[in-house]
Amino acid sequence: MQERLSTRRYIKRYLKRCITGPWSLICGLSVSLKYFFDPRRIVTEQYPENRKTLKMHERYRGRLEMIEDAEGNNHCTACGMCERACPNASINVLSTKNIAGKKVLGRYVYHFASCTQCGLCVEACPFGAIRMSQAFEVATTDPNSLEMILNKKEGQG
Amino acid sequence: MFVPSITHPVGDFIREWVPKLSAYLPEQLQSQTLDSIAAFLINALLCIIAVCAVNIGSAPILIYMERKVCAHVQCRLGPMRLGWHGTLQTIADVIKMLFKEVYSPSGADKLMFYVAPLIVLIAPFIIAALIPFDHNLIVADIDMGIPMIIAVNGFGVLGILLGGWSSNNKYSLLGALRSGAQMISYEISFAMILLFVVMISGSTSLMDIAQAQDGTVLDWFIFKIPVLGFIAFILFFISSTAEMNRAPFDIAEAEQELTGGYHTEYNGTPFAMFYLAEYIALVTNSALAATCFLGGFHAPCIGVAAIDGVLQMVPGVVWLFAKIYFMIWCYMMVRWTFVRPRVDQLMDFEWKFLLPVNLVLLAAGAVWMIFVG
Repeated sequence: MQERLSTRRYIKRYLKRCITGPWSLICGLSVSLKYFFDPRRIVTEQYPENRKTLKMHERYRGRLEMIEDAEGNNHCTACGMCERACPNASINVLSTKNIAGKKVLGRYVYHFASCTQCGLCVEACPFGAIRMSQAFEVATTDPNSLEMILNKKEGQG
Repeated sequence: MFVPSITHPVGDFIREWVPKLSAYLPEQLQSQTLDSIAAFLINALLCIIAVCAVNIGSAPILIYMERKVCAHVQCRLGPMRLGWHGTLQTIADVIKMLFKEVYSPSGADKLMFYVAPLIVLIAPFIIAALIPFDHNLIVADIDMGIPMIIAVNGFGVLGILLGGWSSNNKYSLLGALRSGAQMISYEISFAMILLFVVMISGSTSLMDIAQAQDGTVLDWFIFKIPVLGFIAFILFFISSTAEMNRAPFDIAEAEQELTGGYHTEYNGTPFAMFYLAEYIALVTNSALAATCFLGGFHAPCIGVAAIDGVLQMVPGVVWLFAKIYFMIWCYMMVRWTFVRPRVDQLMDFEWKFLLPVNLVLLAAGAVWMIFVG
C-alpha cells in the first residue's frame, strides 16, 4: 500500500531512515554480541550430567505438597477451598471430627495423574498450608503411586 | 600433440618431475607426449582435489559452527552430546541424510528435479577455483577473474529456479520466483562493489587484487580509501548476504511463509546438496570478501618490523582461512540477529537505497582515485 506524500516529506523521511535504520541494526547486533561472548548468560542445563547440582527455579511448579513443620504438623483446616479451586478435581479433602467434635483434616487425597500443576489450589488456600514442590523427576511405572495422601498427621484445626 | 598447460610454480614443478620419474619406466613406454599428458592429468587431479577438499571439507565444519554460533547468540549450548562438545553431530547428520530414500513428488519434472541441485553446486565450485589461497596456490589465475565471478554467480539462481519449478508445488515455485527476483536485483549492487574494487586495484585478476594489498593493514582496501572502503565493505556484505539467500534475506525459503521455499519437496541427498551449496557459497563469498577487502593471503602487518617478521612466518593460507572464518562468523552473527524483511521491503532496499548509494560510492571512489590515489 502506497501512502500519498509530498516529495519534500518523502526525501526527509528517506534520509531519516538512512540514519535510524543502521542505528537500530547496530543496537540489535550489540545485544547478540553481548550474548555470544558472555557464557554466563547460557540457560541450558546439561540435565543428566548435572543431576546432583541442578536447582529448579523458585517459581517452578512440580507436584503439590503440604507445608509441614519438623513434627509433621500442617496448617490445613479442611476448609476445602483448594478442592473447589481445582479445575480438574485432582484434590479430595476428606475431613473428620476430632475429640472436641471440631472438623479437622482427615486425609488430603491428591490425584497426581489428573493434576496439571496450574497452582490454583495454592493461590486459593487461605492458610498457606500447601505449595508446589520443586521435584521434577516425577515419572513412575506404577500408576497407583500417583494417588497420594499428602498429610502425615490429622489437622489441628 | 598439444596439451593445455598454464605456467604456474606448482604445475611447473610437476611438469619438471614427471619426465624424471618416467625415466624409470620400460623403454618402449617412454615418450614426450605421454609425459606431458601425465603431468597435465596430475595437475588437473591436484586442482580438483584441492577445490573439493576446501569446499566439501568446510561444509560439516560450517554446519557445526552455525549451530554453535546460533546457540550461543540465543543463550543455549547447541549440540553437546555426540563427541566432545557435539563435534560428531554433523557427521551423524550427514550420514543420516545420505542414507535416506530419494524420491520425487508426483507430477514433478523428474530430470529437472534431480539436475537442479547439481546446477546449484556449480557456481560455488567455479568461484572457489578462482580464489588465490597463497602467492602460488591458485587453481585458475585468469585475468578476467571479477567478470567471471559476476557471470558465474548467476548460475546458482538457475538451479534454484529449476528446482522450484520442477517440484510441482506452489510454495516451491513462489520461493524460486522470489529468489530469482532477489538475485537479479542484488546482482547489480554486487557487481558494482566489485567494480569499485577493480577501480582501486586497477586489475580484474583476483591474484593482482590480492597482491595490490601487500604491506600493512592500512593497505587493505577496507582501510586504503579512508571512509569509502569501509562503506564499500558493508555494502558488499549486504549484497553478498542477499546473493547467498541467507537470512535476513532468505525470503526464498522463508519457513514461516513458504514452508521451506524452493527445497520444500527435496529430501535425502538432493536436499543435502542444496545445503552444501549454501555453505560452499558462504565460504566462497567470505573468501571473496577477504580477497577484495581484507588483504587476501597477506598477514595483518602493522608496520613494526619485529612483529611483522613473526606474522609473515605464518603461511598465507592460514591468514586467508582466518579471514574467511572471521567473515563467516560475521555472516552468522548477522543471520541470527536480524529479522527478515518483506518481499517489497527487500526490493525497496535494493532499488531505492543500495543502488543509489553504490553509484555515489563509485563516483566518489573515482574522484578519490583521480585526486589522491
